[in-house]
Formats: sequence, C-alpha cells, structure tokens
Amino acid sequence: MSDYAENAIDALIAHHPSPGEQFYPAFEATPELDAAASEYITHYPEGKQQSAVLPILHEIQKKFGYISADAITWTAEKLGLTAAHVLGVVTFYPGLRQTCPGKNHIRVCRTLSCAMAGADSLFNTICTRLGIDKSSIDHHPIGVSPSGLWSVEGVECLANCGFGPNMMVNDILYEKVTPELLEEVILKYQNA
Amino acid sequence: MSITYLPGKEPHPRETRRILKNINREGWNTSIDCYLADGGYEELKKALGMEPKAVIDEVKKSGLRGRGGAGFPTGVKWTFIPPNNTKPVYLVCNCDESEPGTFKDRYIVHQDPHQLIEGMVISSYAVGAHLAYIYMREEFPIAAETMLKALQEARERGFLGKNILGSGYDLEIHLHRGAGAYICGEETALLNSLEGVRPYPRIKPPYFPAAIGLYGCPTIVNNVESLCQVKHVIAMGGEAYGQEGAKRSPGTRIIGVSGDVQRPGYYEIVSGSMTFGELLYDVCGGPREGREFKAVIPGGSSSKVMRTDVEYKTRNPDGTTGKISFFDIPLDLDSIAQYGSMSGSGAVIVMDDSRSMPWALNNINRFYAHESCGQCTPCREGCPWMMKLSTRILEGKGAPSDVDLLIQVANQIEGKTVCAFGEAASWPTQAMVSKFKEEFVALTDPFNACLPHSAEGREQRRYFIR
Repeated sequence: MSDYAENAIDALIAHHPSPGEQFYPAFEATPELDAAASEYITHYPEGKQQSAVLPILHEIQKKFGYISADAITWTAEKLGLTAAHVLGVVTFYPGLRQTCPGKNHIRVCRTLSCAMAGADSLFNTICTRLGIDKSSIDHHPIGVSPSGLWSVEGVECLANCGFGPNMMVNDILYEKVTPELLEEVILKYQNA
Repeated sequence: MSITYLPGKEPHPRETRRILKNINREGWNTSIDCYLADGGYEELKKALGMEPKAVIDEVKKSGLRGRGGAGFPTGVKWTFIPPNNTKPVYLVCNCDESEPGTFKDRYIVHQDPHQLIEGMVISSYAVGAHLAYIYMREEFPIAAETMLKALQEARERGFLGKNILGSGYDLEIHLHRGAGAYICGEETALLNSLEGVRPYPRIKPPYFPAAIGLYGCPTIVNNVESLCQVKHVIAMGGEAYGQEGAKRSPGTRIIGVSGDVQRPGYYEIVSGSMTFGELLYDVCGGPREGREFKAVIPGGSSSKVMRTDVEYKTRNPDGTTGKISFFDIPLDLDSIAQYGSMSGSGAVIVMDDSRSMPWALNNINRFYAHESCGQCTPCREGCPWMMKLSTRILEGKGAPSDVDLLIQVANQIEGKTVCAFGEAASWPTQAMVSKFKEEFVALTDPFNACLPHSAEGREQRRYFIR
C-alpha cells in the first residue's frame, strides 16, 4: 500500500480525544455485545449477515458512545466483511459518530421550519450556556463541553416541523423550546 | 362509540380523522389490548379470508396513491412483481420520513404502531411476502422501542409469525433503524442501506424494486401512511374508498402545516375537499398577527415554492382558460401539479412577509449540500456550489450575475443524476430564484445586504443610516 493511502486511512480512523470519554467505557467485545450481534444476524435471510452492520454499529454506539477503530475491526470480523467496508458505512451516516459525545448529547434541528422558528439562536444559546466553542463545530460535527457532561450537534430535520424549534436530548425530543424550557431541561439532566 | 381527544389536541371540525383517529385520544395507549378493544385486527381477519389477488384488486379499485411523495398508485405497484417469480418477495415499510416539513408518520409510529403492523400484514399477504422490514429513521428512538414491543405483542397473539390466525400464512416483521441520512428515503438507497452497504441509490432501470430489489429479489417499498391506508381500503371496500375525495387521488391525506400560521400542526383531510385558502385561513387560523402570507412550499422543501400574490392560469373542463388565485387551488395531488408544483408528502411550509427568500433558499441549499450522497458528480459538486452562491448573495458579496449562475447550476443538476435527489435539490433554487428574483438581485447591492429583511427592521434602520 502506498504511503498516501495508508495516511488517508489513518486519518479516517484516527482517535480524536474528547472530554466525554470519561463517561463511557472503552470499547471491549463483551459477551453481551456478541450475543446481541448474533441475535441481529438472525433477523436477515441466510447468508445476508452483512445487513446486520447498522444494528450492530447502533448497539456499539449506544454502549460506548462512539465507534472506535477497534469497534470497526471487531464488527468486520463478526460479519466476515473487510474493515474498509464497515468504515465506509460508518463515514456515510451522520448518525454514526467517530468522536465521543458528552454524557448528554443535544441535537438541534436547523432545517427550514425550525430555522424560521429560531433554531439558530437556540443553538447559540446552548453553546454559550454550556461553554461549548462554536467555532470548533465546523470541523467536527460535535462540540463537547470542557466538563464532558454535554455535547451539541446541529442536525437536519427531526420531523416535528410544526412545533419548532426542536431539540433532542439523548432519546427525548423537546418541542417549542424557549430559553426557559432549555434552562429547565439542562438543570434536569445536570442533576440526574 | 364516541371518541374524545385530549384537551387542546382536538381535531378541527373540517378534518376527517381516519389514519390519525387514535392520535392524542383520551385513554389511548400503544398496547395491543387497547387496539383490540377498539376493533383492531378485524380487517386482517377479513383480508386473510380473501384471496391475495382479491386484496390487490381491492386496492387497485380504490385508486389509492402512495403517500410518500411521488403519489404512485399503490395497487399498480404491487402488480409489478414478475408473474412467474420463484424468488422470495419482501415488503419494506419506508419510515424514513426525512423530507423537511413532513411530520405525519411520527404520530403513527409513536402512538398507533398496531395500525401500521396490521396494514403491513395485509399488504404482505397480498403480495406474498413472508419477511418484511420497517426501515425507521434513527431520530425516532422512542418509536423504535414502542414498535419492538408492539411487534412482540402481535407475535404473542398470533397476528404475526407462523400460521397467522390459522390461515396457514407466515410472516415475520423486523425493525431496521437507519442512521440519519436523508438519501435513505429514496427507495433503492433504502434497500442498499438495508443490505448493509453504503446507501447509494441504484441505477435505473429497473425503475421499480418490485422487479429487482432487496437481495436481488422482488421488493415492495411503501410509505407508512400508504400501508395504514390499505387497512382502511379493506374496511371500506375499494369501490367506496375510491368514491371519496378528489377523483384521481381519493381518500384522506395528512397535511402537515409548519411555519408562519397561527395554528401549525397536522390535519387529516379528505383529498380535494379544501382549498389552500380554507386550509391556511379556516383551519390554521391565518397569518401571524399583523402579517400577510408571501409564499407557500406545498409539498416538502423539495417542491417548487408558490407565490400567494399572483394569479395562476387554469383550464376549465370546456377548454376555456381562466385565472385563479393561489388561495382557490384545491388541495389534491393533481391540482397542485397542474399549477406548477407538487403535493409531495403533504408538508406545507408557509412563509409570511417577514421572511427573506434568499435566507430560506440558503437554508434549503445547505440541507441538500449536507445530504447529497456523493454518487453523481452534478449533485455532489452542484449542491455545495449552490449553497456557496446563495451564502455569498446573502452576505452581500454576490454580483448580479451570481443570481443567473445559481439557476444555471440548478439546471445542470436536474435530470442528470441517478435518483430524484437531483430534482429535489434543484427545484427549490429554480423556483425561488425565478419567482422572487427581485429579492436576490437587490441583495447583490452590498448596501442592501446590510439591511434587515423585515419592513419594521428597515424602518428602524433608516434612522441609523442617516
């Protein structure tokens, strides 16, 4: 392999340290993960285990916060794929992360209906309130607060356009977010 | 049995709640007991007593058209499976709902999962599928849990699995979650995502995955709302269903209104029973205080924007032509198409006179630049180019020629890509720039670009400038 190709792959799987890592365990092929992966494979027809790549990556991301290089290799081995194939899947989807988010991950919708309802100012308020450097978000999709407790990401359409601005904290959607509601939500998660 | 809704969530009197009947209903929950107590799974029993061919005929007779955006007749799509097919057939439910402005399927999968499961079992029986998938977008984690629970309940009660209700028909449904990519709403990209490869849309022909789809086998891909409608087609009978509403797009459909109206939200109306004026003024309560409507995007961000202050040419049945105002256009698929836009997934985005069109277009262009999958060069390069141009114009750094360039780039994307994303990305630019050209050209004057967009803002700003 040429030096150029090697460097390009290294850049794609390089580890970007994040303050959020203290809240998530490091990747490890636990028996539970293996069992869950084997279960997902049974959802697809005989010989089509490659289809299980998305569910398995979701499982990994849920447990370990993000998809590390080790996780990619493990998934590839489990499904009999090349690591490059799995990496190709990971880099395609905005929903699969290669950097660790904070303990609580906020996703702010920024598409037209929410933007008309004030999503930009909501995003700015969140960044200021949680001490996240907004300029860093341009290069990495996720901005993590120095404490590692919070991270924020601007996403496209959360499909609740009638009731913007919308944001998702972990799995819960909050609609018609006002500065007061935002403060309430932040305090709720901070004290949890 | 009369239905009461949660306070503050009552449907508008002009709505016909069928798909959304159980949404925000008093005492309603997602359990199968609640669904069965309301007469659930009766249509499944009825359908399993019919021949699969008869179910397809019933859906064909109803004239049901897909609710995902393209509006293709569902029954006709089902007949595209090759007649002497020996491969397994799959059914895939497209629950990727990612078109900006669309928020109809969210309520079905969050609050009424059994309705979808029943519709899917009936449809799978009709097309002869024994394995079906629900492709759900990643942004619905709560719905995914609800759906898994509902599938398990249906399995326990014999509505799913081996020998459904003693009919000898087997079906298994699995949930497959996407990961936040808009392109996965395109059916062939969705199938690639399901196969575990990078979800690039597939090259056409074959135009329909019903010929070659998932794992190279015949596959039927339908939207959540379409599959739910199948249940109601069986309940009402195809003939009766086809009589209701607009002639060529019968039945009810869910219209999601967002943006600058008093009461944005989701409304299920009989197709063609209302005009835009009735929807925006009577149902949604008109524009915000002291504002006027300026533009409406009638079918999700990819449809062409329509001005509310111009007259549209109309052709009467007797061949004469006339003029019609925007607010008199009826809300059905063909009428909206006739006046130069499309009804798509029923997502109406309303903008009033406080909105700057270049700003709105820049937001839409950023969306398409972010979501282009990168397979075809015109789209991969063109979408970010359009975004850069509209950003430049918005910042006041554009030249008047940039406005024409914007349209040229859009024209070079349209029709030159593998999937319909090219059209989806170029139509908003073409329509916005051609219909609101004066706003774009005005911004290329650097002085104007520094001005606020609203009338009051300009009024206030006048004093500073002096």
